Amino acid sequence: MPEPLDLSIFVRRDGGISHLDLAVEGIGCAGCIRKIEGGLKHIPGIVDARVNFTNRRLAVDWHDGALKAGDVISALERIGYRSHPFAPERAETDEARHARRLLQCLAVAGFAAMNIMLLSVPVWSGAAADMTPETRDFFHWLSALIALPAAAYAGQPFFRSALTALRRRRLNMDVPISLGVLLALAMSLLETARHAEHAYFDSAVMLLFFLLCGRYLDHAMRRKTRAVAGNLAAMKGELAHRFADGGELVAVPVAALTPGDRLLVRPGERVPADGTVISGASELDDSLVTGETARRPVAAGDGVYAGSVNYFGALTMRVSAAGTGTLIDEVERLLAKAVTARSRHLRLADRAAQLYAPMVHATAALTAIGWLIAGASLHDAIITAIAVLIVTCPCALALAIPAVQVVGSGALFRAGVILNAGDAIERLGEVDTVVLDKTGTLTLPEPQLANAADLDPDMIQKAARLALSSRHPLAAALARAAARERVPYSDALEEPGLGVRAPIDGVEARLGSLAFCGIAAPPDGLCELEPATTLIAFAHGDRHALFALRQTLRPDAVAITKALAERGFGLRILSGDRPQAVAPIAARLGIAQWQAALDPAHKIAAIEALKAAGHRVLMVGDGLNDAPALAAAHVSLSPIAAAHITQAHADAVFLGDALAPVLRALLIGGRARWLMRQNLWLAVVYNALAVPVAIAGFITPLLAAIAMSGSSLLVTLNALRARGRGEEGAAVAAREDAVTPSLHSAVTVP
Amino acid sequence: MSVLAYLVPIALLLGLTGLVAFLWSLRSGQYDDIEGAALRVLQDDDIDQGA
Repeated sequence: MPEPLDLSIFVRRDGGISHLDLAVEGIGCAGCIRKIEGGLKHIPGIVDARVNFTNRRLAVDWHDGALKAGDVISALERIGYRSHPFAPERAETDEARHARRLLQCLAVAGFAAMNIMLLSVPVWSGAAADMTPETRDFFHWLSALIALPAAAYAGQPFFRSALTALRRRRLNMDVPISLGVLLALAMSLLETARHAEHAYFDSAVMLLFFLLCGRYLDHAMRRKTRAVAGNLAAMKGELAHRFADGGELVAVPVAALTPGDRLLVRPGERVPADGTVISGASELDDSLVTGETARRPVAAGDGVYAGSVNYFGALTMRVSAAGTGTLIDEVERLLAKAVTARSRHLRLADRAAQLYAPMVHATAALTAIGWLIAGASLHDAIITAIAVLIVTCPCALALAIPAVQVVGSGALFRAGVILNAGDAIERLGEVDTVVLDKTGTLTLPEPQLANAADLDPDMIQKAARLALSSRHPLAAALARAAARERVPYSDALEEPGLGVRAPIDGVEARLGSLAFCGIAAPPDGLCELEPATTLIAFAHGDRHALFALRQTLRPDAVAITKALAERGFGLRILSGDRPQAVAPIAARLGIAQWQAALDPAHKIAAIEALKAAGHRVLMVGDGLNDAPALAAAHVSLSPIAAAHITQAHADAVFLGDALAPVLRALLIGGRARWLMRQNLWLAVVYNALAVPVAIAGFITPLLAAIAMSGSSLLVTLNALRARGRGEEGAAVAAREDAVTPSLHSAVTVP
Repeated sequence: MSVLAYLVPIALLLGLTGLVAFLWSLRSGQYDDIEGAALRVLQDDDIDQGA
């Protein structure tokens, strides 16, 4: 009988209605929407079920008490969809609200820009014809009426960010933007009051409109990747078996665990939380925690860490408060240090802004002083200075980097790389050294069948099907690797610690330890290939087979490391595993510089040494022990199977079994960074042309409008090139390894 | 040119109506699932109800 499932932490109650969010696998067409919504709405008690096709999510509402969260999930399962409950992350809801706010600002700015342009064009063309000064004034006043409230509303994202930066005594790109907009509006208002010929309302509002376009696109891209990351996290969401007060077992999501809970960890399961063993004895595979591939025996009183795999016996454990284990303590302490060190990195955009803003403002001031000395009136001198400020339009400059970021992160997304940090893309472009962890990064996280070629396929099939009945992690690996029919044999019996047996075609078959299958000693040579190999025996009647299971390299690891080396990246392996386990892998990959048996502090030290030698380091790692090193490196990647803390500190996460996304991320990052610099130079050239004209006092509102939109378009079009050549890396990887394309189908990326 | 005195405000008012309509549609969540909306329009469950 299945134990009860308690999903109450995911359910939100509001006024008699319960609400649950689910990430659903396999939504692919219009029919799915109807099947899911129709199927659920028939269930009594359900008020509403709404599929969000863009995010592959489902929101369900029901009357309190009518249903349990588990009922919804099993109902979906009956319809044919696997679903995973999740509580929307705070960051995600905040971003959704922010994106909506940006879109509102964009709409207002767009409306204002169009209507002001409607009024400005007649003024520009009418200046030559017979427009009366009264009509011109009327148009200018109308423009002011539209522009002032619109800018007050739509400019807020920029004004706020500029104020925050100024309060911290720093300059960012929003400071010159805000200053330019405010001055242009103020000057136009004054000029209108003086019945002057030129007003710059259109420039100010158009500037806001273009910049908001860039911001919104940037945001939309980030929101999309965050939604996919949220779904992936929900799908990974594991269950823990908790003892309730009465002693019975209840399955609860790992997120619901609190310190002091007593948990049961069965053989073959992952330890769901950090804690100590209360009773039971077993061996744990700590490879996700420390990188060590040899199993560690544990007994009552020993500490265990989330992510380890339990091999033999059932364990009862008590959850301890986060960060009380010695290893966790150490990792947290190192992380805190590494994270503060990293925040000193200055983004390319902010660096440009710090150069740009003082220069522009100095130029404007010098222009005013110059005109005064040359004998112009105070009014004319100030007008010219403000024209300089408007025309040096931070527009191109402020779009130069976000536009590339949007296109670049889109390309990364298609390559199976999900960005955590917005500026990771430009840091990826600066990398010259790649540091790789071994266990789970160069190798696949699960053990694989290593000697399939030497065995009879029929025996593999039978053994793999028999393995389906066992909970042992190695049996699970065998089943995953080979079983074509995923139907376990009937009458299969598991003998804990020994193996599993079942009659196949009337003859007893056994899968398990060598002794269990009646094999005296393993033949020579099989074990000596690599130290971390484990043998499983299979006997069917008088036929025998021996399966060698071990950590194997990711399918394209050799090709990708070779490609990286060819492109001039320095390669290093920093592993927490024993030297005997690391050496053969380093040899196969042709990586001369490797270090083994490192603890987290040593990994950081190794990375700091590389940094001190002037290298920009990309760290790729998955274990808990890698988390501080990931935070210390210039930029970091981790595979989707990585430990939770590790993933949170990586700048990007890559999907699938292949290592190809690492190469692609570097290629796309390099190209994006090159385009960013190119865009900045384009903006500089534009300014070099426009500023002398403005200083000379020849700028009219018409010229300003043309120059502004022209330069913005130019950098945006240039940014679009970031999507093109990223695919080249994909081609390299795909040629050498056909496994890569499969990774997208797993995630149902739209 | 006195015709402008009411033509321009009318033009602005029309534009403003469009803006308000957009903001309303945004607020009522019509942009939350753009891909889904493209597919839902193809569903003919409304015909089932009539039959």
